[in-house]
Amino acid sequence: MRFAARVEVLLRPGIADPEGATIERALPALGFHDVHQVRAGRSFRFEVDAADELTARRRAEDLARQLLANPVIEDSELVLTVQAPAGEPS
Amino acid sequence: MSARVGVVVFPGTNCEHDTVSAFERAGATATLVWHTEERLGGLDAVVLPGGFAHGDYLRPGAIARFSPVMDAVARFAAAGGPVLGICNGFQVLTESGLLPGALVKNRGLRFLCAPSRVRVTSVSSVLTCGLAPGTELGIPVNHFSGSYFCDDRTLAELRDANRVVLRYVENPNGSIDDIAGITNAEGNVVGLMPHPERASDVLLGSADGLPLLRALVAAAADVHAA
Repeated sequence: MRFAARVEVLLRPGIADPEGATIERALPALGFHDVHQVRAGRSFRFEVDAADELTARRRAEDLARQLLANPVIEDSELVLTVQAPAGEPS
Repeated sequence: MSARVGVVVFPGTNCEHDTVSAFERAGATATLVWHTEERLGGLDAVVLPGGFAHGDYLRPGAIARFSPVMDAVARFAAAGGPVLGICNGFQVLTESGLLPGALVKNRGLRFLCAPSRVRVTSVSSVLTCGLAPGTELGIPVNHFSGSYFCDDRTLAELRDANRVVLRYVENPNGSIDDIAGITNAEGNVVGLMPHPERASDVLLGSADGLPLLRALVAAAADVHAA
């Protein structure tokens, strides 16, 4: 089966996020006085071939931990969806 | 014969020629090493210079860690060989796990290209061996992600084992504990954000980096003689 993965990488809480802070500081000038706690991160999308969802999840999480995020400073979050069930062309 | 220093070149590295020139001024024979090399035969020290290895894509140093030369650098380091990472090279060393912690974006999100002053806070490393503790050096910085970060436990380890080799006199980037450079437990792998090669001749405004480079060359000469 083929799974679509989306991994979001954000700086861990407590680690300075100057990018998010800079964006937040710009908001009042646009009238967004009601927006707070801006955090900047990255999003990655890729596809994984695996026999089942658990395996796909494990592979995607391994990839996120080993490369996409630096565990010293970042957390990652995975969203996985079935893209093509077995037997159907992907 | 003088100590042989290899200066690694990744795609996007841009300080390699300055680094070669500075190490030759410090008494070494310096050569460039392309990042696809799988062996470091005949070298007495390895330097990962500044620049933007692999475009700094993903994170500075994140892709460089997969260059074939890095396996050879890891073996060289494990065997006790002197390894120095300058700026982007420091980032490569942390991403590779050869040094702890990480370099994050500067406080205030500023790219810094400025003179800086650092203090020698440990002489238990191949870069600072032989210098007087407390010596202040004028060495420029040139980075965007140069703010050193590590967790509390790692910081305690670094402090307790005297592994913070250089601290900023005035912290320019928000580095934890004013850290400008650290070493591994054995003292043979060192990373620093300031550029000693850019302070290797009075014509450049400072020759304060030379004692550091000479210390590394001396450590390399010991390897050579062994």
